[in-house]
Order: sequence, then structure tokens, then C-alpha cells
Amino acid sequence: MKITVNGNGLEIQEEVKHIKGLIDFLELEDKPLIIEHNQQILQKEEHERAVLENGDKVEIVHFVGGG
Amino acid sequence: MLKVGNYQFKSRLFLGTGKYPDFDIQKQAVDKSETEVLTFSVRRMNIYDPSLPNFLEKIDVNRYTFLPNTAGAKDAKEAVRIAKLAAASGRCDMVKVEIIGCDKTLLPDPIETLKATKELVAEGFTVLPYTSDDVVLAKKLEEAGAHAVMPGASPIGSGQGIINPLNLSFIIEQSSVPVIVDAGIGSPADAAYAMEMGADGVLLNTAVSGAGDPVKMAEAMKYAVEAGRLGYEAGRIPKKDYAVASSPEEGISVGN
Repeated sequence: MKITVNGNGLEIQEEVKHIKGLIDFLELEDKPLIIEHNQQILQKEEHERAVLENGDKVEIVHFVGGG
Repeated sequence: MLKVGNYQFKSRLFLGTGKYPDFDIQKQAVDKSETEVLTFSVRRMNIYDPSLPNFLEKIDVNRYTFLPNTAGAKDAKEAVRIAKLAAASGRCDMVKVEIIGCDKTLLPDPIETLKATKELVAEGFTVLPYTSDDVVLAKKLEEAGAHAVMPGASPIGSGQGIINPLNLSFIIEQSSVPVIVDAGIGSPADAAYAMEMGADGVLLNTAVSGAGDPVKMAEAMKYAVEAGRLGYEAGRIPKKDYAVASSPEEGISVGN
């Protein structure tokens, strides 16, 4: 399945079924991050329920330094 | 105490987290500033290098109230989206509305800022808009439900200090929500001046992160904000054209 993550195409394997799976696949599980899935902002408890489909757009953002 | 919406702060210094030489210096500077509010930006994560450190991992996040900004937003819609992303972190419901309307001066877009403020207030956020030093706009932001207004002292990162004290004083005198002077502060004198004028707080970043010794400057800013506030509360003497002796004129024996 091919999805877009942070503007870049990403080929993911069949076993990555939902957003939580994607976070684990990218080894980001310990990172404080925020997910937008097809323009829908997710709360953390929704990560496991958000099923990935071919062509989905995912934004993974976090806090960086700023004034 | 500084009250912004439902929040209360002992420190009247809000500190930005951008552009420090390294995280250790940044952490020490944050400690020395004794700030309780840290600003952040929201950006895409580098998913291919998750080992990149993040400042949040270096500090005790529970000690601070997060004030994410909407920097990068060009209009109200984008600002609302960034604010909602930040809120989804579960760490904050405060937001600094920052919608840049001019890339060269980084001055805010007043119309989009007002629009975003209205929307975010309606969404239940504690909203602190970064605004130009225009008293009419400040009033409209307050009417829109802003919990504080944050007029710039001078362009972001310019270090020019307060270039229009008259405009700033109009806002301070007429605002019934806290006025936090944001952007353009260059030195402790600038921060003290803002506070002496009656500002409720100061938000700065580059003045500390870009200083020769950011840790020492963070401490200097803490004292400057405190000194300025105390001076404001104490009430300064009026300025006079001619000298007024401080020593008594009666009972002089010298020379008689």
C-alpha cells in the first residue's frame, strides 16, 4: 500500500494496518508527536482505530523551537 | 500574579525556544529565566531520522505551560489548524496566534489575526494574538474574546526595542486584558521599559538565544522584568524641567 507521509510517498507493508502501526513501523512510538490523518487531527487514543488505506495522507508533526 | 484566562503565573517573562546554540545552554537559560511559559512552533517531524533530539526531551515538561504559536500560517484557516494540532498533543489549550502578513517585516496580518482569534475563542482555546501596536485592533481583539493581546515592540528578531512607546501606551491604558509585549525586545533595558510602562508581561526569544551568553542574558531578563514591574507598581516621579535638590537647604553650617 502506498501512502503519503509529510508530503513524501511511502510504501508500507500489509501488516501496517492503522496509524499506531505506522508509528511503530517508523519507530516513533516514544516520540511526542501529533498526527493528522486525511486532514483529520487524531487524539492519541484514536491512533489504533484510524485504519490506513491506499492513497491516505498522513502528517506527523511535533513541537520545535519557536518564539 | 499575571492572570491569562484561567492561568496564573508568578513570572511575567514568557520565553521562546528558538535558535539557541545547543540544548544544554537552552535548558540553563530557561532555568535562569524562571519563566513558567515556553513558546513552541509546530512542524513536520523528520520521520527518517527519529533519533534527532527534541528540546522537550531535555526539560521537565510538567513545570511549564506551553504556548504554541501558529507561525507558518498565512491565514486564519491555517492558524486554526496549527492550533488544533498543538492542542492534540494534550499539553496545552493556550495558543499564540501568529499570522504573518508581510515576509520582509514579519508584521502580522491584522484581518486574519482577528478572524483566527474569534474562531479559536469559539473553540475554547486560551488565545493570545500577536498583533501590531494598534490600539483599535487591540480593542477589536479583546472584543473578539482574546485572553491577552501581544503587541510587537518592533519587528520580530530585530532587537530594536520599543520603537513606538506612545502606541504601546495607548494599548496598555485601554486594554482590560493583559498586554504582553512580544517581539523586538533586544536588551534588558527594553524589557524593563515595557514593564515600567505598565505592560503585564514580556515575551522574548532572540534577545536571549542570540545573546553572547544566553544563560546570563536569561537571568538579566528575569531581573529586568521584575525591576520594571516593581517600578511600575511603585510609581515613578514626574519629570521636571529644572533641578530639585535632594539634600535639605536648611541648617547649612558649611561656609558660614
